[in-house]
Amino acid sequence: MTDLHRTPLYDLHLELGAKMVPFAGYEMPVQYPAGVMKEHLHTRAAAGLFDVSHMGQVLISGSNWEEVASAFETLVPQNVLGLADGRQRYGFFTTPMGGIADDLMFARRGDALFVVINAACKEDDIAHMRANLPASLTIDELDRALIALQGPASEAVLAALDPAAADMRFMDVRALTLDGIEVWASRSGYTGEDGYEISVAPGQATPLARKLLEHTQVEPIGLGARDSLRLEAGLCLYGHDIDTTTTPVEAGLSWAIQTIRRAGGARAGGFPGADIILPQLTAVTERSRVGLLPEGRAPMREGVPLFSDLEGGEPVGHITSGGFGPTVGGPVAMGYLPTDLCAPGTHVFGELRGKRLPLVTTPLPFVAANFKR
Amino acid sequence: MKYTEEHEWLMEEGDLIVVGITEHAAEQLGDVVFVELPEVGTEVSKDEEIVVIESVKAASDILAPLDGEIVEVNEAIVDAPAKVNEDPEGEAWFFKINPSDLSQMDDYMDEAAYKDFIG
Repeated sequence: MTDLHRTPLYDLHLELGAKMVPFAGYEMPVQYPAGVMKEHLHTRAAAGLFDVSHMGQVLISGSNWEEVASAFETLVPQNVLGLADGRQRYGFFTTPMGGIADDLMFARRGDALFVVINAACKEDDIAHMRANLPASLTIDELDRALIALQGPASEAVLAALDPAAADMRFMDVRALTLDGIEVWASRSGYTGEDGYEISVAPGQATPLARKLLEHTQVEPIGLGARDSLRLEAGLCLYGHDIDTTTTPVEAGLSWAIQTIRRAGGARAGGFPGADIILPQLTAVTERSRVGLLPEGRAPMREGVPLFSDLEGGEPVGHITSGGFGPTVGGPVAMGYLPTDLCAPGTHVFGELRGKRLPLVTTPLPFVAANFKR
Repeated sequence: MKYTEEHEWLMEEGDLIVVGITEHAAEQLGDVVFVELPEVGTEVSKDEEIVVIESVKAASDILAPLDGEIVEVNEAIVDAPAKVNEDPEGEAWFFKINPSDLSQMDDYMDEAAYKDFIG
């Protein structure tokens, strides 16, 4: 594991008894001694601290906001120009074929755009931005740690350190001072719970994490529970539920394409794959991402082929994420199916160890979001 | 008590052998969420995959450690898979096998050898 990167919190993970695994080129904690199940349930009940420093953090700046935002709109189908200072949006880089090259969060910080991208995609994403954004813009990959604090107790934990944390709504971003440490915080996350994502200078990541962990409500949470939390929340994992072969419409991410970028909007199109994606917004795609509840107790994981019938026939789709949902108390999954099989309550079959077992299609999420809107 | 390299424990109970997984295996698996046991009356061969065990992390198989007939299975761990983490070397046994060749027990480690094996 010598060529793997380590985050600034690496030593703290070991001290906390984490089991470390390679993930997207980093040695990351998959779980702590409490284990995935307890970590998951603790996050939904109180607050969990996640090291997400492997993700890429990029600051794009130029002479003014309009220059930065209008340039970024050539890469994403989101309304960037209309983003108010101190606000964040979910978005994605699209490909000329209408697929998704990565999903991301972008926030306006004054005249600059702060972008958080997936660890496994960050080199490609940065190359893509450098190649396709005007040379007049500055694209800085920031050397900063990223800590997520997720769960219903998050607000009280942060507000005790800086009362301004409590004034933030979902998707607000602002600078906070936590126990003397300057951070950039957003009220967001990827667990379906209220919470914050906190960008901090690498040298101050461990003192900040220790300070947060001092709180009785906060426990460290590994990648294992991060995955089951986001799966229950119905959120896509890049490289699994979405990739260059899935369009945003097929993936159920149409909500993230604002009207102003759609056909008839003031800034319609103008991003890669718009000629494929925009018509899909007003049509019925051949396939769609859908929630799937296995009717038995056996978890059905990524790759399980899905059939429309108990016997015979070719697969009609497959599971892209699946496992045990600790809050649901049973197996949960999502995957792609022909759109006519996606109506809630439709029965399909997943082939597991040579047997076809029933699943029923269900609206996402499995666990309702608990955001502070 | 004997132990396999697959982290099963085997305990003699009269003519039968009770089989379960070790504390070490349960800890490595993580939270167990699903167990599928063989049917009582099944004739099994040594090294045949006869149990499916799924944790929050992954699916794994458990192999028949001996030739013989499955004479009893522990339905309690099917209903409450978490018992496998709570008491793997006690209450959460998996199945009882009537061995057709008891000499196969000689292939397996004693407790001291197993402790060395898991380091």
